[in-house]
Amino acid sequence: MTALLRTDGVMKAYGGVQALNGATISVEEGTVAGLIGPNGSGKTTLFNVITGYQRPDAGAVWFGDKAITNLPPDKVFAAGIGRTFQLTRIFARLTVLENMLIAAQGRDKPKNLLSWFGRDAWTHHRRHALDLLAFVGIERHADVLAGSLSYGQRKLLELAYVLVADPAVILLDEPAGGVNPTLINHIADRIRQLNTEQGTTFLLVEHNMEFVMGLCSTITVLESGKDVVSGPPDIVRTDKRVLDAYLGVDLEEEAR
Amino acid sequence: MTPLLKGTALIALIAIVVAFPQVVTNPSVTNYGVLAMIFVTAASAWNIFSGNTGYISLGQAVFYGSGAYTMGIAARDWNITGDTVFALLPLCAAVGALVAVPFGLIALRVRRHTFIVITIAVFFIFQLMATNFSFTGGSSGLDSPFLNWPAASYNTPFYYIALACAAGTIAIAWLIRRSRFGLQLRAIRDDEDRARGLGVKAMRVKLSAFAISGAATAVIGAVWFFYINQVEPQTGFDPLFDLTLVLMAFLGGYGSITGPVLGALIIEPLTLWLNSQPQFSGGSLSEILLGAVFLVTVLFLPRGIIPTGGELITKLRTRGRPAVIPATTFGPPAAGTASTPSVSSGGAR
Repeated sequence: MTALLRTDGVMKAYGGVQALNGATISVEEGTVAGLIGPNGSGKTTLFNVITGYQRPDAGAVWFGDKAITNLPPDKVFAAGIGRTFQLTRIFARLTVLENMLIAAQGRDKPKNLLSWFGRDAWTHHRRHALDLLAFVGIERHADVLAGSLSYGQRKLLELAYVLVADPAVILLDEPAGGVNPTLINHIADRIRQLNTEQGTTFLLVEHNMEFVMGLCSTITVLESGKDVVSGPPDIVRTDKRVLDAYLGVDLEEEAR
Repeated sequence: MTPLLKGTALIALIAIVVAFPQVVTNPSVTNYGVLAMIFVTAASAWNIFSGNTGYISLGQAVFYGSGAYTMGIAARDWNITGDTVFALLPLCAAVGALVAVPFGLIALRVRRHTFIVITIAVFFIFQLMATNFSFTGGSSGLDSPFLNWPAASYNTPFYYIALACAAGTIAIAWLIRRSRFGLQLRAIRDDEDRARGLGVKAMRVKLSAFAISGAATAVIGAVWFFYINQVEPQTGFDPLFDLTLVLMAFLGGYGSITGPVLGALIIEPLTLWLNSQPQFSGGSLSEILLGAVFLVTVLFLPRGIIPTGGELITKLRTRGRPAVIPATTFGPPAAGTASTPSVSSGGAR
């Protein structure tokens, strides 16, 4: 197996706060990998660095054998890395279908200026978009303004419009955060299905341990901007450093 | 409204607008018509860029004045007289679009309030240039070439030219609205960074819309210049022009196609009428009143007449019944049980 997505010693500071301090992670092709860690451990910052929303102070990001460090977001997206956001970022005043079409338009280059003004240009995208909405289960709401969707439905919409571009890797930032249990299972099923049927690679940040342990084959633990442990769920679950990072150092131990 | 009713209403409206100068021949009334059409064009052009992208431009006078001056300078230097001057309108459009490119490249790097401030700054730079260069005629401005049209029906051809400009601009706005380009613009309005992340070339798209808006505004600026026979730095590059456009768009419905049109049709005749009343001499009262209208609009009709009115109609029609918005059918996908409470808006919409 080869690492499809790798970060190598990524550093990022905000003023005096060292958000990332040499984070090195590796995601194997065709796996569902998890990234966990306490609040403020740099998970989202690492996502931002990978997807080009922030520039690292040092370190490198590799996608296959291609360095994608410092590429702008649209280039990263075009290269095949899709992402969702912790606080969903959808286009609230566009309909659900229009949201999907925005994601689709990046796929084909308009041949000339006139095709920008044509409507037919994307009737073929419409079909694909509706299929994906059906896949995540919100096709009934295609013509509703996206701003009127519930939080969980927004998460599904975000997942759907990342899928439009058919990325090789999908980064999910807290896909289960603030979502009801039924919907959490639904999201987990969709991730599994994409992973097994299409071989899509996932990297997800999540605080819901049940979700992470049930879904991921490899888990990396980030603490204070540095990766501390990486391995299969059973190993990570029992690692003392993880327990310390998550639950704090044992009080009795500290008192001694 | 059924499509048939809508179509009939549209045809009736077009008939009224086209027949207007044939039925009403009093020049002081047709004057209202010409200026209203000029502002319908300018407000629609403003809306093509600002309404779609959410970038509020207060620098449209840059294009308006540039169009007027281009026409004046070209006609003067190339000795063009008579009706042929209108062949220069495409040149004015080109200049408007050309001015929009460097203007946009500077101003569109920033957003929101900073963008607004930069548009105002650029606008004052243009006013100063018009005052201080010699080829623009300095502070006394330029006079338009003489048009040998009979005085009694002088306004009529102007009305039709302005109407054609208005129709053209509205048509462009409509085409953009339903196109991929328009969708990209509205995505930028909602979340520009996210749009960029999904592969929207934000700068290119914004700049294109700005240039289209600038071209249409420059054309109507040139028509206006002919109509009032002269342009001065203070009238060509007039800060009130921009404020009026924004007020028209906000009153009618910012972002919709019909909104700015309706706003222009209300505000411009109202202003002209107020200015013509002897007891309001000097015209400053109309400005105070416009300020008051602006305040009322922002406070009570923040989204404008068209969207708020549309909501009101929907509300009246659906009273007691669930809203048409399929909010009632919302539920989690696949699960089918009602566990997504945040969207149960019911009939409240």
